[in-house]
Amino acid sequence: MSNIRNFSVIAHIDHGKSTLADRLIQYAGLVSEREFRDQILDTMDIERQRGITIKSNSITLPYTSKAGEEYELNLIDTPGHVDFSYEVSRSLASCEGALLLVDASQGVQAQTMANVYMAMEHDLTIIPVINKIDLPSADVEQAKEQIETELGLDSESSILCSAKEGIGIEEVLEGIVERIPGPAGKKEDPLTALLFDAHYDSFRGVIISCRLFDGRVRPGDIIRFMSNDATYKVEEVGIFRLRREPKDGLCAGEVGYIISGIKTVSDTSIGDTVTLDAYPAPVPLAGFKEVKPVVFSSLYPISSDDYPSIVEALEKYKLNDAALVYQKDSSAALGQGFRCGFLGLLHLEIVQSRLEREYDQSFIMTVPSVQYRFTLQDGTSITVDNPQYYPDPGSIESTAEPFIKANILIPERYMGAVMKLCIERRGVNSRFNYPTPGRIEVFFDMPLAEVIVDFYDELKTVTQGYGSFDYEIIGYQESNLVKLDILVNGEPVDALSIIVHADRAREWGVRICDRLKDEIPRHQFKIAIQGATGGKIISRSTIAAFRKDVTAKCYGGDISRKRKLLEKQKKGKKRMKMVGSVMIPQNAFVAVLKSDKE
Amino acid sequence: MNAGLYVHIPFCRGKCPYCDFYSISTLSLVPQWLEAVCREILAYKGLFPSFDSLFLGGGTPTVLSREHWSALMDALFTHFQFDPLTEITVEANPDDVTEDLMGHLRTLGVNRISLGVQSFDDRELLILKRRHTSHRAEEAIECIRHSGFTNVGLDLMYGLPGQTQDQWLKTLKQALDFAPEHLSCYQLTIEKETPFGKMRDKGEIHPLNEEQQRTLFILTSRFLEQEGYLHYEISNFTKGREFTCCHNMKYWQHLPYLGLGPSAHSFQGNRRWWNLKSMKGYCDALAGGRMPVADEETLSKEQQDLESLMLGLRTMEGVELDRLGDRSQSEKVLRDLKGTGLVRVEEGRVMPTREGFLVADSLPLLFSP
Repeated sequence: MSNIRNFSVIAHIDHGKSTLADRLIQYAGLVSEREFRDQILDTMDIERQRGITIKSNSITLPYTSKAGEEYELNLIDTPGHVDFSYEVSRSLASCEGALLLVDASQGVQAQTMANVYMAMEHDLTIIPVINKIDLPSADVEQAKEQIETELGLDSESSILCSAKEGIGIEEVLEGIVERIPGPAGKKEDPLTALLFDAHYDSFRGVIISCRLFDGRVRPGDIIRFMSNDATYKVEEVGIFRLRREPKDGLCAGEVGYIISGIKTVSDTSIGDTVTLDAYPAPVPLAGFKEVKPVVFSSLYPISSDDYPSIVEALEKYKLNDAALVYQKDSSAALGQGFRCGFLGLLHLEIVQSRLEREYDQSFIMTVPSVQYRFTLQDGTSITVDNPQYYPDPGSIESTAEPFIKANILIPERYMGAVMKLCIERRGVNSRFNYPTPGRIEVFFDMPLAEVIVDFYDELKTVTQGYGSFDYEIIGYQESNLVKLDILVNGEPVDALSIIVHADRAREWGVRICDRLKDEIPRHQFKIAIQGATGGKIISRSTIAAFRKDVTAKCYGGDISRKRKLLEKQKKGKKRMKMVGSVMIPQNAFVAVLKSDKE
Repeated sequence: MNAGLYVHIPFCRGKCPYCDFYSISTLSLVPQWLEAVCREILAYKGLFPSFDSLFLGGGTPTVLSREHWSALMDALFTHFQFDPLTEITVEANPDDVTEDLMGHLRTLGVNRISLGVQSFDDRELLILKRRHTSHRAEEAIECIRHSGFTNVGLDLMYGLPGQTQDQWLKTLKQALDFAPEHLSCYQLTIEKETPFGKMRDKGEIHPLNEEQQRTLFILTSRFLEQEGYLHYEISNFTKGREFTCCHNMKYWQHLPYLGLGPSAHSFQGNRRWWNLKSMKGYCDALAGGRMPVADEETLSKEQQDLESLMLGLRTMEGVELDRLGDRSQSEKVLRDLKGTGLVRVEEGRVMPTREGFLVADSLPLLFSP
């Protein structure tokens, strides 16, 4: 067991995490030159396209040290976004150490910090690795200084490398072996394994990834999930070496997979403790949380004919994403659809993008909402995440919305801009921390609703990419909420309604009216777009009519051409949503979400 | 059902810079063309039961000589059946109008002349590269009247680059001095493949903006209605229902028509076909015993409905409510359109208003699912 090392790589986007992983895999000889492709661990299209890691992934690398010892190195790749911070924490909890990858020309950057702190909380050994030293702009000394002052780590032991050029890879591997402690734990004790990822395979069912702390597991064993006491018979265990490699058993300290006839990923929970039914662990591992959706949005097919195919796509997608929840929903404007719950806005974007790309669906998503709480005059209390179910305003005693503690790390110079942004977003109770000179850690209590739409984008804009953001939900606070309705030529478009704070209603009303004005094409008649709360119009915009499009001649030779043009326009119309006689393009529903500054 | 018959006479002495109809200036090819048309007439013999409109258009039909006219009409009347009251129109160029030719056309049975006046302003005529002057046009109209034609239509153009409202009204008023039975007032559409199109691309001429086009259209419609004309199609006005161009109504009512000559379009049942847009191709095909058809299409029910809607909404008569498809759907659209003043509903028909005419190109989209 002393010959096992479990580690993660912490890095800012673009600092070379995937390239380093690629090199380590190549060095271990797991893949031939021919089979090799970049970002080998990122299997999803969206991961490759955006250069980010969404799902956790692990791989076991064989390594023979300079001293001639043989090791098994388990690299656990982690997602890199606040929506998935729980998954990150579970991946880190599965490791004894982490490589902190810093770009030699850019130095320590914001997004790294939250994960470094998380790694410190888990008592991981952190090895600073300065990457891209081959670049002309590389400034190794400055990077070292930042590691020292900003992260409080010993930079003398930093390893210099260029993952791209393959420089220093062996040093990295030696560092892992020498400096990260081997796992503790006893084979003889009851099985305690941390489930840190699960994915669906159409042939084998759900394949769970776990780190064994104590005990052992073999095919034929009956395992039990400690969160829900579900039991399964183990069919196969093994390790990942790009492909699954079955083994006779997994032991304490190892990282690997278990296949046990689980039907869907929803039957598993990240962070759960896996034990043996016959010889159970007395207590589960600490840190387990039931992951609950915090952002809700409705999804409607563009054409009602597509409804069955969306149902099928969601069912298939759900097999592999336990965090997505959905149920039937219907809208007067958009017809039959689904109300979906997401971990955060990035999760929403991922689901949206994967349904579009991998499942070839086209649909409209409504403005995301959080879960609001209403106390009614009769003393009952209800939770509403869909503006359609906003209670009768006369019956409401009080309203409350979820608040978060926002944790923002920025270079000092962006302080003013960030304060302004947070206060605009109804941030209160600000506190500060100065982790290192030149850096500020800002805390705000803010409504979750204010951060789910475009807060992160805005933060990145005002801090030129240097701001990092993390949050935790701290509970509900009373808040003066109203329902904002959007009317197109007098007809309410229920799918555009949102629940907002009364003070922000006008601003939102103006924003949505303006967006729609830009997105809805001119019609043969004037279109009035209005925002209303409680029957009172608070914003409006008007789309002037086009008043002449007729061409003078239409004789024998013109008819075919004119009909073909109409057919083309009709096709375009099919991709629009009709509200009364107004055609609203799909994009209009998306555009209302976009930040003003874009 | 009586069909319409069109003959395309694809000869012009010169090319007008706004025109995108097929024409050539090699007048020496007329005999060859005539021979080909006669073959085409034979090929269609018996395929259309009878016609009640005949339109001889171009090009410039009046470049044909008396002999050519006799031969053409003879072939048509010999091989096709015509209703006794058939409307027979010849498109005429003011330059070509002579008592001799007009008298000859009368004897051949022609009962309607459509005269390409375009403008009574000599400067505008120069821009349009017309060969005639306004004076010549006036003489031509008088000559046509003298020859005994009681159904005369004048073609006018407006919305020309640089034209003022007053200039256009002056042309209109001058036209009315001759009390034409029919007026076609075409707002200039700059077509891509025309000299005007090229001049526009180079920035040498500037099309009017939407508002200017609108204003001129409304002005025209209002003025002519005040003067007792019926605005029965986007660009067409008639002094009384009996002078409505029966042939053009075939196109707008989706009725069958046969088109002879290069580039002519035909329509029957659910089929549309069109001839080669090349004199040589057209003549060679017929000489070789082949049909000179360039291409054809068979319309689905949905396409036929869309065309009916599209064409009907260009006319005063509009379309029957029953032809709008799903009743509840169309009623909803009509409710939504109330207050926009684009259409009115009367006696089971949806009829475009003047404002509706202005957006007739997209009006069908509102009703079409």
